[in-house]
Amino acid sequence: MAAVTGERLAGEAGSAGPATAAAAGRRSFPVWRWAILVLAGVYFLIPLYAALRFAGIASFGQVVKQTGFSDALTLSLRLAVVTTVLTLVLMVPTTIYVHLRLPRLRRLMESITILPIVIPPVVLIVGVLQVAPSYLKGTPYLLGLIYVVLAMPFAYRSLDAGLRALDLRTLVDAANSLGAGWRATLWRVIVPNLRTALLSATVLTVALVLGEFTIASLDLYQTFPVWIVAFDQTSGPVSTAASLLALFVTWVFLMLIVTVGSRRARRTGAGQVDLISVTRRDTSGPRIGES
Amino acid sequence: MAANTSTGTTAGAASRAASGGAPVSLRELSRSFGTVHALDRLSLDIAPGELVALLGPSGCGKTTALRILAGFETADSGTVTVDGRDMSPVPAAKRDMGMVFQSYSLFPNMSALENVGFGLRMRKLRPADRRGRAGDLLDMVGLAEHARHFPHQLSGGQQQRVALARALAIEPRVLLLDEPLSALDAKVRLQLREQIRSLQQRLGTTTLFVTHDQEEALSMADRVGVMRDGTLEQIAAPDELYNRPATAFVAEFVGTMNRVPGELGTGGQVTALGSTAPVLDGSAVPPPGRVEVLVRPEGLRVDAVAGGNGIVSDRAFRGSVTRVGILLSGDVTVQVDVPSAVAGPLLPGISVQVSLDGSAVLVTPPR
Repeated sequence: MAAVTGERLAGEAGSAGPATAAAAGRRSFPVWRWAILVLAGVYFLIPLYAALRFAGIASFGQVVKQTGFSDALTLSLRLAVVTTVLTLVLMVPTTIYVHLRLPRLRRLMESITILPIVIPPVVLIVGVLQVAPSYLKGTPYLLGLIYVVLAMPFAYRSLDAGLRALDLRTLVDAANSLGAGWRATLWRVIVPNLRTALLSATVLTVALVLGEFTIASLDLYQTFPVWIVAFDQTSGPVSTAASLLALFVTWVFLMLIVTVGSRRARRTGAGQVDLISVTRRDTSGPRIGES
Repeated sequence: MAANTSTGTTAGAASRAASGGAPVSLRELSRSFGTVHALDRLSLDIAPGELVALLGPSGCGKTTALRILAGFETADSGTVTVDGRDMSPVPAAKRDMGMVFQSYSLFPNMSALENVGFGLRMRKLRPADRRGRAGDLLDMVGLAEHARHFPHQLSGGQQQRVALARALAIEPRVLLLDEPLSALDAKVRLQLREQIRSLQQRLGTTTLFVTHDQEEALSMADRVGVMRDGTLEQIAAPDELYNRPATAFVAEFVGTMNRVPGELGTGGQVTALGSTAPVLDGSAVPPPGRVEVLVRPEGLRVDAVAGGNGIVSDRAFRGSVTRVGILLSGDVTVQVDVPSAVAGPLLPGISVQVSLDGSAVLVTPPR
């Protein structure tokens, strides 16, 4: 496996000369690595520090007392839960089905799932409004439907990478031969081994929902980010404190998901896929006619 | 080997896991993938408790046959019966067939014990019984001390032994082995080969074993079926397959076979290399005239003679015999097994006389 990855990496590096040079440079001058790290750190941390200075510690206590704060936060969290559940319920079976039965459609799926990134949000909203059932219109769950579409590229990519890392065909056949129906196969064999992929899909979806502003604001829902911006007009320091709090809450939440999820994965070594980086491992070759 | 250290518990596991073999019958199975005929009216009967190996080059349809029996694929036509019962409406999950796969198929999220117990769990066994029996089976394959290990903590050979225990845990009516040894290194492969065979014989489970490794097939199976282009060329006991191959394809696929030009007479005698030999009884015989003679490395004589019909090109020591490569006139190369004790003078470049040793040979029309 390592050899295969190595070969492929070498192949890719060969076509991209500068990347190879950069990689070699980093290896021979670790000081570069530190410089970049520090630079990136400064780039990210200075605004945070400035915001903290501007808000002042006292503002944090006031944030929670503001009108609309808890409503907005609750709405955002509810949306995060609804979106994540819906996304996983839709994408997990779809991705598994494509991998098992329609492997030739994988490329097509990749292009389809990238569409939400390419299509302007306004078009998406209009599209969802066209097909959404009428009883959802006027409720915040409509926003959830739009978020499901937005989260699709990230969810699909995570799940696809997780499934690639498994020899899905063999695992499914093995479970079948031992008497497991499709439900038991899905719950006891596939899903537990997709833990990391599910986790990364969840994290990305949650992060997306908690941070999305444009569509929520266009649709006139006061989600947490919308509330912060609206509130910003009345009190600068308190709103800044709210932003920092939001950032912190999101961060804690994501760290929680990652720690809880990866502890078991580490123990079993199951489905080790990095959160972001996706190593392509093609274990499921064509079986038909291979004999 | 662990399987032979028969303690009380392993004997218990063996008797409980012994399901007795069920007779299996494949009738006129055909299966096409697009324009490729993976199976072409294949028929095969496996007696209760028998181990049949399907041997053939890749693409000959042997895996397709196994997967149809397992219920993973459906045949375009033909029937599969187990114990006299038609299996076509039965889904894979309900066929009671244990299977060991070529690639590592253990569930990565489960320990060895949980893997072995998985089939029992699907059969709603109580957790305590499940663990007890899974433990017995792990003991049977000699991995009791690895019960808590996860697949990534086990070597390839250990993983396949756990997979075997897992397949046997459900007391399968038929055991299916899909090249289970091909991913392992040579030494482990040899050990596991013996272990699988001795377990299979002890439990008496009807077994279908698919492999492209002829040595594996010949050493493990009661009968070996040689497949080519979706059909069975010949199915016979290993020694019969080797000594009395029915077709040139079987002869050349099983073991090493030399092809030398010859002349077939009318009396069932063939002349080649300045010597004669009878044609093998019951084999297909072309009309008299120019033929090619198929002869094993041990069916040729070689003598160091000045001005002989060949020149030694290379030699490889193989223990009791030395395999000598000889270049004959007409650019034909033959391999001859010579007892190592007398192979000393046969050095590369030496002129030799090669001849048939008089034992029966197979003949085929010239290519």
